[in-house]
Amino acid sequence: MFDLISDFFRTLYEETGWNFVIFYEEYEWSRFVDAIWVSLKLIAASLIFSVLVGVIGAWAQGSPMRWLRLVMAGYIQFFRNTPPYVQLLFFYFVVGNLTPKVDMGGYYEPLIDSFGWAVISLSFFAGAFNVEIFRAGIEAVPTATREAAESLGYTRLKAYLYIILPLAFRVSLPALNNNLVNLVKTTTQAYAIAVPEMLYTLNQVWSDNVNVEEMMIVLFIYYVGLVAILVWGMHRWEKAMRVPGYG
Amino acid sequence: MAWSPDQPIVSIQNVYKSFGPVEVLKGVSFDVMKGEVICIIGPSGSGKSTLLRCINALVPIDRGSIMVEGQEVHDPDLDKLELRKKVGMVFQQYNLFPHKTALQNVMMAPIHVLKQDKAEVEARARRLIRKVRLEGKEDAYPGELSGGQQQRVAIARSLAMNPDIMLFDEVTAALDPETVKEVLVTIRELAEEGMTCLLVTHEMGFAREIADHIYFTDGGVIVEHGPPKTFFKEARDPRTREFLSQIL
Repeated sequence: MFDLISDFFRTLYEETGWNFVIFYEEYEWSRFVDAIWVSLKLIAASLIFSVLVGVIGAWAQGSPMRWLRLVMAGYIQFFRNTPPYVQLLFFYFVVGNLTPKVDMGGYYEPLIDSFGWAVISLSFFAGAFNVEIFRAGIEAVPTATREAAESLGYTRLKAYLYIILPLAFRVSLPALNNNLVNLVKTTTQAYAIAVPEMLYTLNQVWSDNVNVEEMMIVLFIYYVGLVAILVWGMHRWEKAMRVPGYG
Repeated sequence: MAWSPDQPIVSIQNVYKSFGPVEVLKGVSFDVMKGEVICIIGPSGSGKSTLLRCINALVPIDRGSIMVEGQEVHDPDLDKLELRKKVGMVFQQYNLFPHKTALQNVMMAPIHVLKQDKAEVEARARRLIRKVRLEGKEDAYPGELSGGQQQRVAIARSLAMNPDIMLFDEVTAALDPETVKEVLVTIRELAEEGMTCLLVTHEMGFAREIADHIYFTDGGVIVEHGPPKTFFKEARDPRTREFLSQIL
C-alpha cells in the first residue's frame, strides 16, 4: 500500500508543495496507520459498550425497584447534561487518580490507561442517550404484547430479552443510528487525554511538518468515510431486521 | 390440599376487583369442572374480561379466592409459571409476536420458558399448525396473515404449552364475519377433545351450541346462569332478557 502511493505523494509535494507527509514518509505513515487502529478500536469499543449500557439501562429503568430507577435517572441526568469533554477530563484526572497503580517491576502504571478511560467515559456518555432511545422503543411495544408473553409464562427478564427488546430495537434503530454517528465523531475528544487516535496523531504530524491544511483534509475525509460506512451498515441492519407489518 | 379431577378445576369464590374507584367485580362465584365449556356473556364493561385475566393472574384480585387445580391464584407466593403452564390464554387482538414467524411464535414459549428440546417442540408446533389448518403458513410473519389466521396461530401458541384450561377473551370480536367461522371451528374441535374452555364471547349462536353452561354478567355480578337450552329460552331476570333481546 505504502509503496504504491508514496511515489505519487512525494512527487505531488515536490511539484506543488502539497505536503501529505503521512503518505510518503515511512515514519509518518506508520504513525498514521497506528492512529487508524487506535481510532477504530476506540470507536468499536465505545459503540459496543454504549449499546450495552443502553440495553441494560433501559431494562433497569423499567424495574419495579424504586432505588434502581432513581440511580438510572441520576446517571442519565449527569451524563446527558454535562459536556463529554469535561467527562473525559473528569474520568482521566479525577477518577483515574483514585484508582490503584500496578507495579510493573520497578515503575508504576495506572490500572486503566488513557485509552481505557476514553472508552469508559465515551460509553457512559453515549450510553445515557441510548438508554433514552431504547426506552422510547420499549414504550412503543404494546402492553398487549407484554401480557401475551406473561400469560405464556415469560418472566420480566425473559420477555425483555426475547420479545420486548427485539421489537424495541427495530423502533429505536433510526435514533440509535444518529447517536452512534455522534459518538464516532465525539471519540476525537479523547485527544484531550492524549489517546493517540486520529486527531491527536495528525495534530502531532502537522506540528512537526507545518501542514495543517493537508492534514485537515485527511481528517475530514477520514471521518466522512467512517461515518458513511457506519450509516451504510446501520441501514443494512435496519433492512435485515424489518418484518412485515411491523415498524 | 391435593386436587383431584372430580373437584372443580377452576373454583371462583366471591371475587372482588376495583380499578381505582371503579368496582369491576362485585362478588363473583362459580365453579368449572374438567372438560366443561363455559361461556360468559354480558354487556361491555360488565367485568367479563377482567374475570378471565384474574384466572391466570394477569390482574390481581382485591378479595375472594380463585383456585386453579386446587392452587390459590390469589397467593403472593404463587408460582406463576406453574399456573401459566396450566392455563392458556387467547386474546381479542391475537397479540402474536410480530418479529417471529407463525411457527416460531408457537415454538418460543416451550423453548424459552419450559426449556424443552427444540426438535421435539418443532415437531409438536408443526402438528399444532396443521391442527389449526394453517399448513403452508409456517414461515409467514403475523403481518402477512389475516386476522382469522393470526388468531389460529395464537390458539396454537397457547396449546403448545399443553395447558389444561384455555381462556378465550372475545377472540372473534376483532374479526370479520367470514373469518369468525374458521376460528370457531378450531375452538369447537378443542372443546370436543375435552379441553376445559372458558370463553368470553358475543357469539350467541356459538355459545348456545358449544357451551355446557352460560353465565350472564352485568354490573360486576353474575345475574343469571344455566345450561344453554334453558338459559336462552327461560331467562328470568329483566336485565338478561333485555340483553338477549338486543343481541339475538
